[in-house]
Amino acid sequence: MAPPPSSAHDSSITLDVNGDKHTLTVDHRTTLLDALRERLDLTGTKKGCDQGQCGACTVLLDGRRTVACLQLAVAAEGRAVTTVEGLAEGGQLHPVQQAFLDLDGYQCGYCTPGQICSAVAVIEEHAAGWPSAVTDDVRPEAGPPPLTDDEIRERMSGNLCRCSAYVSIVQAVSRAAAAARAESAGTTAAGAGEAA
Amino acid sequence: MKEFGYQRASDVSGALALLGADAGARFLGGGTNLVDLMKAGVERPSRLVDVRGLPLDRIEPTADGGLRIGATVTNSDLAAHPGVRSRYPALAQAVLAGASGQLRNMATVGGNLLQRTRCGYFTDVSRPCNKRVPGSGCPAVEGEHRNHAILGASAHCVAVHPSDMAVALTAFDAVVSYRTGDGPGELPLADLYLPVDGTPHRETALPQGALITAVTLPPAPVAALSRYRKVRERASYAFAIGSVAAALDVRDGVIREARLAFGAVASRPWRARAAERTLTGAPAGGETFAAAADAELAAARPLPHNAYKVTLMRNLVVAVLTGLTEEAAR
Amino acid sequence: MTTAPAARESAVGTARTRVEGRDKVTGAARYAAEIPFAGLAHGWLVLSTVARGRITSLETAGVLAMPGVLTVLHHGNAPRLNADYIGLLGVPPDPTCVVFQHDRVPFMGWPVALVVAETPEQAREAAEALVVRYEEEPHDTAFTRDRPDAYPVGGRMPAETRKGDMEAALAASAVVVDAEYTTPEEYHHPMEPHAATARWDGGRLDVVDSNQGATWIVGELANLFSLDPASVRVRSEHVGGGFGSKGIRAHQVAAVMAATHLRRPVRVVLTRRQMFPLAGHRSATIQRIRLGADTGGRLRALEHRSLSHTSTVHEFVEPSTGATRVMYDADAHHTANLVVRLDLPTPTWMRAPGEAPGSFALETALDELAEKCGIDPIELRVRNEPERGPVSGLPFSSRNLIACFQEGARRFGWADRDPRPGLRREGRWLLGTGTAAASFPVMALPSTAAVTAEADGTFTVRIAAADIGTGARTALTQVAADALEVAPDRVRMRIGDSDFGPAMIAGGSMGTRSWSWAITTAAGELRERLVPGAGIPPEGITVRSDTTEAVGALAQMERHSFGAQFAEVAVDVTTGEVRVRRMLGVFAAGRIINPLTARGQFTGGMIWGISMALHEEAVRDSVSGGHYGADLAGYHVATHADVPHVEAHWIDDPDPHDPVGIKGIGEIGIVGAAAAVANAVRHATGVRHRSLPIRPDRVILAGTAGAGADAGAGAGARAAGEAHA
Repeated sequence: MAPPPSSAHDSSITLDVNGDKHTLTVDHRTTLLDALRERLDLTGTKKGCDQGQCGACTVLLDGRRTVACLQLAVAAEGRAVTTVEGLAEGGQLHPVQQAFLDLDGYQCGYCTPGQICSAVAVIEEHAAGWPSAVTDDVRPEAGPPPLTDDEIRERMSGNLCRCSAYVSIVQAVSRAAAAARAESAGTTAAGAGEAA
Repeated sequence: MKEFGYQRASDVSGALALLGADAGARFLGGGTNLVDLMKAGVERPSRLVDVRGLPLDRIEPTADGGLRIGATVTNSDLAAHPGVRSRYPALAQAVLAGASGQLRNMATVGGNLLQRTRCGYFTDVSRPCNKRVPGSGCPAVEGEHRNHAILGASAHCVAVHPSDMAVALTAFDAVVSYRTGDGPGELPLADLYLPVDGTPHRETALPQGALITAVTLPPAPVAALSRYRKVRERASYAFAIGSVAAALDVRDGVIREARLAFGAVASRPWRARAAERTLTGAPAGGETFAAAADAELAAARPLPHNAYKVTLMRNLVVAVLTGLTEEAAR
Repeated sequence: MTTAPAARESAVGTARTRVEGRDKVTGAARYAAEIPFAGLAHGWLVLSTVARGRITSLETAGVLAMPGVLTVLHHGNAPRLNADYIGLLGVPPDPTCVVFQHDRVPFMGWPVALVVAETPEQAREAAEALVVRYEEEPHDTAFTRDRPDAYPVGGRMPAETRKGDMEAALAASAVVVDAEYTTPEEYHHPMEPHAATARWDGGRLDVVDSNQGATWIVGELANLFSLDPASVRVRSEHVGGGFGSKGIRAHQVAAVMAATHLRRPVRVVLTRRQMFPLAGHRSATIQRIRLGADTGGRLRALEHRSLSHTSTVHEFVEPSTGATRVMYDADAHHTANLVVRLDLPTPTWMRAPGEAPGSFALETALDELAEKCGIDPIELRVRNEPERGPVSGLPFSSRNLIACFQEGARRFGWADRDPRPGLRREGRWLLGTGTAAASFPVMALPSTAAVTAEADGTFTVRIAAADIGTGARTALTQVAADALEVAPDRVRMRIGDSDFGPAMIAGGSMGTRSWSWAITTAAGELRERLVPGAGIPPEGITVRSDTTEAVGALAQMERHSFGAQFAEVAVDVTTGEVRVRRMLGVFAAGRIINPLTARGQFTGGMIWGISMALHEEAVRDSVSGGHYGADLAGYHVATHADVPHVEAHWIDDPDPHDPVGIKGIGEIGIVGAAAAVANAVRHATGVRHRSLPIRPDRVILAGTAGAGADAGAGAGARAAGEAHA
């Protein structure tokens, strides 16, 4: 068949990133990662391997962690993208960011945005009751697994850290998860109090 | 990566029509494999038809007590599904053993089944590969093949299928539903993948232009006691060098029913039917398990650097079946 | 504003979060490929697909017609470069980075062209479309122990050292260990790929780069392009890891070439796959060790020979026997570093070059000797503590190795260990523990720094230091604060800019030491210049320092850090899985500036040791001579799940001749770590693994002590070794 016109190779799209709408024309080859970094100047999302093998480009897509390097930008239209730049609120660091900072959960910092975005999702996935590869009994009747260090390690394994700050990253995720659980319990208790 | 068109399908017939309009078009699901291969130059589609938004993202019980899993259900949703975890735990374990949390959120069930081998010659366009360029040769036979096939391979290709999910699905007799312009069709997963023989580039029995719409798990009470074990060269985020999906129904020390499938040993998830025959009706125990493994692995034809896989698989079978037997006794 | 210091606590020695921490956790920290420039063009390297030969043609016409393509640079049109110089680190440039000068291809992945286009997508597709034809020649990539063309290479140390009569000493020894150890090609793979953006700005070449030393890169680029160094500026504010790989590389040179040719900014980023041939690596090693001892384990003979490979175009030696010249003495003591030139990419420094693979061999051999003698491995080391440098005869500035072992043994619970292998089992897992010693040289090189007292009472330090993740920016802030006798929050630390004056690189575990020396010197002088009560002019008061003289005046001594590594592993010999359960290291590594970040340096190194012991290995396809599986799915580094709780501790060990007491901590963590893991695997299974990594297939084939022989080339090596001798 005849080659399609060149306009068939790019599209005008609107990306929803950290709550802001950006309209841009993208070459269909452009990944979400390159759109963020090269077009929207949101360079917090890192390019480590560009092959889905390191996790440095982890962002949240409709609330779920995703590697932006294997996500075509054109296919991300209509979905909510949250990058590391969108985690802090009004200058207040996200608890996961604060834990990484306090516990030195990084060294060179290049995998850090991906680790942090991943950790935010890990805490939510665990709270939702998702099992992992190290959960001995995945049946729902076994109840949700406690978020042990081994559970954190397995769930965070899609994020390589060549500096190997793994020990302090696990500590940071553990601390942020405990804080999230405490807050959630507090909310529940408060809610119960109101109901009573 | 060459330029390509992109279209988003909103329904199955629309997707089929879009694909049919361009001989170089490919369906795009989660993209975790296809986009990677496009970057590597292995895949060079002229058009992508995005099927991720199709209404095929539900897991529903079937009338006979099985589960019907939509093709665009993500790996994550499959592994988190209470029905899967409760009734086919090995399937949830297999999915969770694959890739990373990020990739499981993206990858779809249909795409998982159709993912390509991770053989390093296949993914390196500067090297020959019969699967990528038919007739160009298979460097793995003489070269690097530590993680290549020991079962069902040919001199033309010794690559292995990388999926964990498909191994468990195979053990549970999953059936693949698809649609073409001519209407719907079904294939047992065991028949989806073609034998390697002299045509390693022909990977599946799906008709040209077919779209996988669902995978159906028939009811399998035996699957309630099942386990997926995966061995790899690091503890996580790596492809298997050998894996086993197994289910056992043991009563009074006798195996009433057994399901066994191997991963990372062949061009397809490998249903171990010879082993299952040995197991059925035999007393549950190490000797039976070893004999079953040996019955299956008698057909193994290892290469110089992957003979360890025969030992590995034998040991894995014994270990997993022993574990299931102990679990059954609890 | 006065600068009179109030009574204050020392900043050095207290845990402080990173100065740039907030930028790193919010994504605000920008790395080399992340600084926007108007009119930026993107370059994509094209690498050879043959391992040896000659380029016969490059079909550029079609590529130049592709959308967005601006130029294709190659040996037929590239400007000539000057490669006839010796760089900051005392070596000529690796021709791999002297790009596009001739048609020869010396290895698979040699840079043959740069395609520049308006967008990265266009550049990538055009680079992939470029047809390059070669006249291919047979390649030789076979790295084997019996290469007749191997030859001794010195480099930073003598190629060989020899004292005593080796054969006589071995013959007179009651106990002899003779074994071969091998380590594979290993790759740094910092998470940030190598990236550089070059542009001409008002007559100056401005390069935003990811490197381990801006001064270093300025010197290389100025030499290569025959420019006045003052007309070159290199900036690298944040660097996403280096580990030895981030020096001068093909991408910077190609970017400068293209920016010069196109008169617009050009960025070149290496892909992860391109990093394999272009970013350097640690050569594979084949090491033979012969130990002779009396029944009490006292060494009479120690021979360590190491063979590594380099490219045909550049000489680089992995000096694996260096630490052996420091660790243990014997009447007959012989060490040699040999190299063979193959059609392979050029290796380079990689975290603890020499010490990392060398300590695997040496510290495993010591474990073998301890076992043969029936002596506890720690006691064996106690009995072999040298008084002076075994080869140099020089005194040690300090040597706290045994103190590290004692503290480590106490914390690890070593005393409870039953030395017999294969006894501890937990389900399917066999458990074992192992230990090993570590050492790394203490060095310093000249640096300059500028410290400014600002009119507002704060201080600004400018130094061309690089923080590649070591925490240098924070540590230097603490050092400066103490030297200025102010709180750290009054010190602004500016690094990563060659315009701040010459400074040492982040490498050799001597960055923070060398930079601190310069900062302390300048700060001390500035403090003397500041008159209490007197005002400071608006431009501030600046003092510059240069430590060339002071560093040069250091007396010749054996200066080293030391450490003791402990590991506990679980091994399933039926599946070949090895898991490290815990790891503990105790180090005597000088004064610790920042315990929070220092712990990460030690544990990071130890985890590199786990990764080296169990995972890391680049696989080479013998048929093509290229890599197989050249990506992070094929080259395994440890993931979160591979890393248990890892503890690092240190003992008080300030360097007596350093102004701050620093020794350097970036590399010692990896030294001995792989040996500790391998020794633990031996204890768990009874099988001695002498080839890294200890992969599942190797464990499965080796089985347990009762089932089979030792793994690795040990036995065969002895036969081959005898043939050599």
